[in-house]
Amino acid sequence: MSNTIKIEVKDQNPLTALKDFFGSLLNLQDIGALFISQHLPMKSVVMPTLITDSDHLQRIDPLAPAFPLNGAKLVARLTHKSIGKKVAAVLRPCEIRAFIELVKLKQGRLEELIIIGVDCLGAYNNEDYKSFVDKNGPESTRLFYQNILDGKKGLIDGIDLAPACKACEHPVPETADIIIALWGIDINKELFVITQSPKGDDIIDKLNFNKTDEPATRLEAVTSLKADKIAWRDKMFAQIDEETNSIEKLTKYLAGCVNCYNCRVACPVCYCKECVFVTDVFNHEPFQYLKWADRKGILKMPTDTIFFHITRMAHISLACVGCGQCSNACPNNIPLTELFRSAAFRAQKAFDYEAGRDFAESPPLAVFHEDEFSEVTSVK
Amino acid sequence: MEDFEPIIIAFVCNWCTYTAADLAGTSRLKYPANVRLIRVMCTGMVDPKYIIKTLLEGADAVLISGCHPGDCHYINGNYKARRRIKLLHALLPQFGFERERVKLTWIGASDGIEFAETIAEMVKEIKMLGPVKTKLKMVI
Repeated sequence: MSNTIKIEVKDQNPLTALKDFFGSLLNLQDIGALFISQHLPMKSVVMPTLITDSDHLQRIDPLAPAFPLNGAKLVARLTHKSIGKKVAAVLRPCEIRAFIELVKLKQGRLEELIIIGVDCLGAYNNEDYKSFVDKNGPESTRLFYQNILDGKKGLIDGIDLAPACKACEHPVPETADIIIALWGIDINKELFVITQSPKGDDIIDKLNFNKTDEPATRLEAVTSLKADKIAWRDKMFAQIDEETNSIEKLTKYLAGCVNCYNCRVACPVCYCKECVFVTDVFNHEPFQYLKWADRKGILKMPTDTIFFHITRMAHISLACVGCGQCSNACPNNIPLTELFRSAAFRAQKAFDYEAGRDFAESPPLAVFHEDEFSEVTSVK
Repeated sequence: MEDFEPIIIAFVCNWCTYTAADLAGTSRLKYPANVRLIRVMCTGMVDPKYIIKTLLEGADAVLISGCHPGDCHYINGNYKARRRIKLLHALLPQFGFERERVKLTWIGASDGIEFAETIAEMVKEIKMLGPVKTKLKMVI
């Protein structure tokens, strides 16, 4: 139940072809709005926008290596109650996977949503994207995708993909209704749109395109890409495990943390409506600090930093999709993604679970059975 | 480490393990004084952050103990606890908190002897492991 259509690309400009495609999508009767990233009139900033009028598609740029935030929480905001119209959201695979976790937590709904996933070429971190655009101007997106699709892995003038993207084994939006396929395709000549659900089929049927087959080159490209990414990921895990394998080392790793909690705000799956770390629970009495300091003769301020990070791991490691926004948000450039991803990998493995894999899988801490995990209570 | 006396914080459920501890006391059973009991209504209310905080504050080990599967006063609190401890077992060893430092057991209300034995055994185990590293000066 998968259909593929081909879109011709004119003048070697896939963005124009994408604009036309999204324009015709937006003109469909039952699509109320399109959620897609675009260049804001402000310099070098790419942000998600909600478009209802196809005249505003001019600045869209879903291929830019910009990833200022994970859109899952925004899509959850758009869908958590019925609006009587459908919204089509153009998302990266990690945004879709984070959204799946939010749907499981009843913070978002699928009913009126069409998920359009773009084959993900990766992204730069915020600072790198800014210098990349400052340097290369309007040509930067083209420069980026051309380089990646030519197999050069994203390194341009010393600017490289964010570690989260280098370690990401999900370059393909597996659970999207509609995929914009890029891997293994010469996108200066043609684009392929692949449907993966009845919802996706329904849209494509209405658009009257001729059906074709998925190019075999895509599967080949994706297979070898995934192998590369997994190798890089495992190397990253080994390194991070070595760097944090004791509480002293973890303390050193997180030494720059100032308890700003930006990583929590940026995290698409940090799901609590009110975080315990900003409640009165952590509004300690002044004498308490002195007592703590007295015990060892010294107290690092602000307190509860390691406590915050390990607690955050306990909360989100089963839902972490490794999108990398925690690193992006850190004002002191602590490599949080590497730490959280490796913790998430261990946690998800323990429950044979993978965040964002399937809407039907329950989050591991939301279900329980009488007869399971007997090893937890056995000695050693 | 001959004279190392570990501190063990035990979260025990009101209905089973706390009652077992009570029974151990009224039966005049002896067990090491290294354990500090915190009575909770159910192991299902032991938030992972209580355990994380306890270890970070310098407790050498944490015991969570409640009713056997099928016996929970609240039907399924102990199953939730089990999954949470499984999660902590996946996360904490990486940072130097060995699995033995977070122990989950089921001790029924009539198992006073088992309670005393569990504590004695755990103290022995933690003495072998040595003190938790969070006692060091500049950690946290």
